Amino acid sequence: MQIPPILSAPLHMIPIPLIERICRLMFGRIAKAHPGLFERLDEHREKRFAFLPTDLPLAFVVVPGRQEISVLRKPVDVVADCVTEAPLFLLLALMEGRCDADALFFSRDLSVTGDMEAMLAMRNALDASNIDLQKDLAKLAGPFAPIARRVIGEVRDRALKDQMRPAGEAAAWN
Amino acid sequence: MELICPAGTPAAFHEAVDAGADAVYCGFRDETNARNFPGLNFSREELKQSIAYAKSRGTQTFVALNTFMRAGAEEIWYKGAADAVASGADALILADFGLMAHVAERYPQQRLHVSVQASASNPDAINFLVDAFNAQRVVLPRTLTIADIARIGKNIRCEMEVFVFGGLCVMAEGRCSLSSYATGKSPNMNGVCSPASHVRYRKDGGELVSELGEFTINRFPAGEAAGYPTLCKGRFDIADSNGYAFEDPVSLDVMGELEALKAAGVKALKIEGRQRGKAYVAEVVSTMKAALNSPPERRAPLLARLRSMSEGQKTTSGAYEKRWR
Ligand code: SF4
Repeated sequence: MQIPPILSAPLHMIPIPLIERICRLMFGRIAKAHPGLFERLDEHREKRFAFLPTDLPLAFVVVPGRQEISVLRKPVDVVADCVTEAPLFLLLALMEGRCDADALFFSRDLSVTGDMEAMLAMRNALDASNIDLQKDLAKLAGPFAPIARRVIGEVRDRALKDQMRPAGEAAAWN
Repeated sequence: MELICPAGTPAAFHEAVDAGADAVYCGFRDETNARNFPGLNFSREELKQSIAYAKSRGTQTFVALNTFMRAGAEEIWYKGAADAVASGADALILADFGLMAHVAERYPQQRLHVSVQASASNPDAINFLVDAFNAQRVVLPRTLTIADIARIGKNIRCEMEVFVFGGLCVMAEGRCSLSSYATGKSPNMNGVCSPASHVRYRKDGGELVSELGEFTINRFPAGEAAGYPTLCKGRFDIADSNGYAFEDPVSLDVMGELEALKAAGVKALKIEGRQRGKAYVAEVVSTMKAALNSPPERRAPLLARLRSMSEGQKTTSGAYEKRWR
């Protein structure tokens, strides 16, 4: 499932520091919920991992060992040890281990360049972590947590169903 | 027939157990393991917890210590065997004769399986391992036809396990030096074929170029299914032609031959893929389990969906049905 331009367009206007703050908050929340998250990264912890959602005008660079996340506006030449590119929902599904990264790579839905050892370690660390964005992030919504949980769950189910559909049968956004 | 399933992380292990695996195989996070990939595999504690979970569900755990011991560093393998036995592993999967001798002597009660890496591919070799080390099962190399397997089965004194699905290593198992040649690291000694540390992917126009060390392994035009940069599945210039010299980027799938494998005396079916994610493990194990429980005519449609998860999005029956091109 791709995010349509009409939904991603507003991101052009939102100031980067604000997006970065939200991302750091979410990153902090996930790191807190999964304290051993990056233990499997070993010597790759201090490397720069770039994630480029193909359907967003943004790029994200993460340094796990420092719990650092920076957001850049595209087009940009990211300086990173390894770069992963895929639609946002696939990147999120990979984070939760709900999709198989190798299968997405074979089908060319996902592309990876740079330091493969670091990338593989990151893939395996995420896959081992049991991250559940619905559970981990809904709490950030405070009193609206139940609503947030439901919305995240529904969007995720829809995106995953779309991913499992045979090729050529992609669902429309609405 | 038993279904033997892979797990590279405790999360994948749980998925395999929950999806109906009869046994899960896994290994430690070190060079004793032929899938010694970054970020993969089990700490001692994780293995203990996983085995306890498997036991609570009636699932067995096989621990792979399936690389060859480095001279002078045997302690690493001996310690691995001691820890796996102490954790309650149902079987150890071993390739090195020295390690087999050590385990047979120190832990005579421990069930011992011969790894595919040992390349035991004829009755004399297999029976030698049974007599010398009390091996109870042999994982047969992927170089045999089903007729070969049936002939072997009649003449050996242990159980047979065969690979039925997943990555395909096309050489005489344990004896391939391609990865060593290109990178200095091999599956037999370091637990990695075509290691990630030597892999590079880059884009060249619309093409995806895969490189291993100094070698270009493949160029995938836009839209063509991609594969790993394993040397045996590279596309090379040979004389005037350009193509796959040894094997295409494909995966093994002989689930269509279940009845023939059963008739050949096969006791267990093994799924390759400890390096794959938990989503793959869950999908493949549950689908294969459903296929095993279905009548033969219902299996093909069930299994068809697994093709999209395979390397190159193609599958082959490999040497099991040998055809020459
Ligand atoms: S290069 Fe191919 S045949 Fe050789 S060990 Fe690797 S996967 Fe097996």
